[in-house]
Amino acid sequence: MEITVTVNGTAETRDVEPRLLLVHFLRDVLGLTGTHVGCDTTGCGACTVLLDGAPIKSCTLLAVQADGRAVTTVEGLIENGQLHPIQEAFKEEHGLQCGFCTPGMMLVAKALIESNPDPSEEEVRWAISGNVCRCTGYTNIVKACRRAAAQIRQAEVAS
Amino acid sequence: MYPPPFDYQAPDSLEEALAILAEHGYEAKALAGGQSLIPLLKLRFAAPAVLVDLGRIPGLDGVEAADGELRIGALARHNQLAASPLVAERCPAASAAAPQIADPLVRNLGTLGGSLAHADPAGDWGSVMIACGAQLVLASAGGRRTVPATEFFRGVFDTALEPTELLTEVRIPSPRGPAGGTYLKLERKVGDFATVGVAVSLELDGAGRIARAGIGLTAVGPQNLRAAAAEEALAGAEPTAEAFAEAGRLAAGGCEPASDVRGSAEYKRHVVEVYVRRGLARALEIARRS
Ligand SMILES: Cc1cc2nc3c(=O)[nH]c(=O)nc-3n(C[C@H](O)[C@H](O)[C@H](O)COP(=O)(O)OP(=O)(O)OC[C@H]3O[C@@H](n4cnc5c(N)ncnc54)[C@H](O)[C@@H]3O)c2cc1C
Ligand code: FES
Ligand code: FES
Repeated sequence: MEITVTVNGTAETRDVEPRLLLVHFLRDVLGLTGTHVGCDTTGCGACTVLLDGAPIKSCTLLAVQADGRAVTTVEGLIENGQLHPIQEAFKEEHGLQCGFCTPGMMLVAKALIESNPDPSEEEVRWAISGNVCRCTGYTNIVKACRRAAAQIRQAEVAS
Repeated sequence: MYPPPFDYQAPDSLEEALAILAEHGYEAKALAGGQSLIPLLKLRFAAPAVLVDLGRIPGLDGVEAADGELRIGALARHNQLAASPLVAERCPAASAAAPQIADPLVRNLGTLGGSLAHADPAGDWGSVMIACGAQLVLASAGGRRTVPATEFFRGVFDTALEPTELLTEVRIPSPRGPAGGTYLKLERKVGDFATVGVAVSLELDGAGRIARAGIGLTAVGPQNLRAAAAEEALAGAEPTAEAFAEAGRLAAGGCEPASDVRGSAEYKRHVVEVYVRRGLARALEIARRS
C-alpha cells in the first residue's frame, strides 16, 4: 500500500506492507535509526516520536496509520546544523548516560515545552512518565528539560 | 516483532466500516488507538484476516452535552478526556480516571471505545461507566441498540458486542441534583494497570440524602464489577461516615479478587473497602460544592 508520511518536514512516499510498524518504517525504510527499539512491547518509550506534534510509541502504530500525517524524529531536532536547545541542555546537564532513552526523552520534552513553556519539576516528571531510563535516575533528565525550557523562553524574549 | 499479515481497510464513514464488518464477521477486527490490539497482534494472540482502521472516520470522537446526558464518541482519546472541561464538569469520575490510565504516550492514542471493547478486567473505563450509569451505543449494518454498562461486560475480554458491531458512543446521564464522583486507583508505579481501582458516583436529593450511588470496581473480578449491595444500601440513606464505611464493607465482601504479582486477594479486598469509603467521602465533598 502506498503511503505518504511527512517525516521531519519532508514528504516520504513509499509502498509498504500494512503490517509494517512506524518504527520499522523510520529505521529500516528511511534509515533514521535515531528512533530506538527497546522493549518492543509498548512499555518503555524508547521508540517515542511525535505524531502531528504529540508523543506516541512508534512500535505500537502501523506506518499506514501515519499516512498523510507528520512525524518528527530525533533527527528532526537539529536546525541548520545547530543542535536544538533541548539537545544542548541534555549535553550541559548530563541528561544521558548510554543514550538509549534520550531521543524519546527529548521529543517528549519538545512537545511539553510547546504546550507549557515553563514546566515545573513535577510537570516534567509527569510528562516523561511513559519513558523509561535505566541509567540516569532521571534527575539530570528533569534538569535538562527545565534548562531547555528556560533557554527557549530566553531566545523568544530576545527575538 | 511484526504483526501477522492482514488486509488493511481504512473506511472514511461509519456505514462503510459496518459493511466491512458485516461481510467478514469473526475474520475482521476494528482498530482504534491500537494500544491493546497492536501488542496482541505482535504477540500473535490475535490474527484477524481484515483490520478495519476506524481512525479515518470523522465525527466519532466528539464530547457534547445534550438532552440531559454527556455523550462521548468511542474514538475520544484518554488524553482528550483528561483535558476536557465539559467532562470535568459533568462527570468528575471520568475526569479523575482519564489521567490515571496507562502513561502519557499511550493516552495520546488509546480510546474510550477501544478500552471498553477490549474489556480487560483491569481496565479503568469500565468501572467509571458502571458507576455513572452509562449507556453504550452499539451499531451494526442492521441498526443500533443501547446496552447499559452494567450489562455490557460478560467476562474476561468478553462483552455484549457482536463481531459485526461497533461501539460508537457512550451516554452518561447528567445528574439532576448536587452530584460528585471520583476514581481512586492503586498502582505499583505510574503507568501500571490497577492493583485495585474504584469508581464512585454520588447524587443527592433536595433533602441532602443519597438519591443514587454508583460504584464500579477494577481488577477485582473477571470483569469490571458493579458493587450492587453497596449501591442498594446507600440509596435513600443519609450520606454519613457510617453509611460509607458499611458500603466499603459490602463492596469488599462482594468482589472476587485473585492473588497475583500485584498483591494477595485479602490485600485487594481491604483496598476495596478503604477506597470505596474514601471515594464516597470525596464524591460527597464535590457534591456539596456543586
Ligand atoms: C503500557 C500500557 C499500559 C496500559 N495501562 C492501562 C491502564 O492503566 N488502564 C487501562 O484501562 N488501560 C491501560 N492500557 C490499555 C489502553 O487503555 C488501551 O488504549 C485500551 O485498552 C484500548 O484502546 P485502543 O483505542 O487502543 O483500542 P485498540 O487497541 O485499537 O482495540 C482494542 C480492542 O477493541 C476493539 N475495538 C476498538 N474500538 C472499537 C469500537 N469502537 N467498537 C468495537 N470494538 C472496538 C478492537 O477490535 C480490539 O479488539 C494500557 C496499555 C498499554 C500499552
Ligand atoms: S520499544 Fe516501543 S515502547 Fe518500548
Ligand atoms: S541514558 Fe541509558 S537508558 Fe537513559
